[in-house]
Amino acid sequence: MNTPNRLLLTIVCEAVLEPFLEQELPALGVTGYTISDARGLGSHGRRSGAWRKEGNIRVEILCDPELAERVAEHLRREYEANYGLLIFSTPVRVHSA
Amino acid sequence: MSFEPVVLFFLLGVAAGLARSDLKIPSSIYDALSIYLLLAIGLKGGVKLAEHADAGMLVDGAFIVLAGALIPLIAFPILRWLGRMNRADSASIAAHYGSVSVVTFSVGVTFLAQEAQAYEGYMIVFLVLLEMPALIIGVLLARHGQGTVKWGKLLHEVFFGKSIFLLAGGLVIGYLAGSEGIQPLDKLFFDLFKGVLALFLLEMGLVAAGRLADLRAHGAFLIGFAMVMPLIAGLLGTLVGWSLDLSVGGTLLLATLYASASYIAAPAAMRIAVPEANPGLSIGAALGVTFPFNLFVGIPVYYWMAQTMHRIGG
Repeated sequence: MNTPNRLLLTIVCEAVLEPFLEQELPALGVTGYTISDARGLGSHGRRSGAWRKEGNIRVEILCDPELAERVAEHLRREYEANYGLLIFSTPVRVHSA
Repeated sequence: MSFEPVVLFFLLGVAAGLARSDLKIPSSIYDALSIYLLLAIGLKGGVKLAEHADAGMLVDGAFIVLAGALIPLIAFPILRWLGRMNRADSASIAAHYGSVSVVTFSVGVTFLAQEAQAYEGYMIVFLVLLEMPALIIGVLLARHGQGTVKWGKLLHEVFFGKSIFLLAGGLVIGYLAGSEGIQPLDKLFFDLFKGVLALFLLEMGLVAAGRLADLRAHGAFLIGFAMVMPLIAGLLGTLVGWSLDLSVGGTLLLATLYASASYIAAPAAMRIAVPEANPGLSIGAALGVTFPFNLFVGIPVYYWMAQTMHRIGG
């Protein structure tokens, strides 16, 4: 049986933050993540993704609850005030890692 | 006055955006088009530079950059006190207007080709030089000694962001290769240039259409600023070009550079360095108003300014 208490932490944020996250996530203890391009509508307006600077990214991290908390707290402190940022997590069962 | 057909592609993009057509240029194609344009412009400038390089250009370049630094310093007080905008927004918009637009410059070049007017090919060196200082000035204006700036991140974005990197890289390759060495690449980088520019303008039209709504929310002042500021900066460019003895074509291009507002390098740099500024305002003004204004009104006006200045000033 796989470890039950794993979280899938999902971060949707402005594409311009990607280089920051690439540096900061490993420093926080994240050992792996997946980034994909995203577009949609939210409190920061329509993010069409048609234009690199106008796009969003979705970052997915599989981690334990403590690390998820640490990452979320760090991102909120650094970026929530001035950037589009959405963070949520959901429990998942890992079949292969 | 003849009409440059590539700008019609911009209108087509705007029309598609306003009509909610399903036309969409995938972002990877947009990236490819912009990489092509930046390299092609850099290469072209590098080849011309190889023919013309001399020490006097350094002096000219320094003068052009110093005079260009006036643009954000003129724009900032107008925005801050006349427009009553907050410090961060004023500084960020001033930085966009102080920096330059490569695509506006390219349209200026095709305009000159249409008019059969010669110009100094090494103008592209000044394009590279003018892109950066205003961004730094914008950040200094925004901070005014307060708050912290992620200078490392900002400088990295400014120097290694793709626009400066590819322009400067193309310039060096073009310079090293010279006009004969570059011949095998001619077909791709020079002959196809105008067609690719047309496709890129189509995409810019689509993006600009999406920006108009943003702008409507922020009133007449910013729209007026976005049309008056390029005329002030264009006049400054005309005077500087004329005083440096540039040809009519070169003077037009310098005026176009001064008048143009960046909407690729500046938004990324400002988003990092002045994140509290509203990017909708600066990009909306630069791309939604100033870019089309320069395409349809500005460039012909600067051409007229350059011709008049050379006629009366000799």
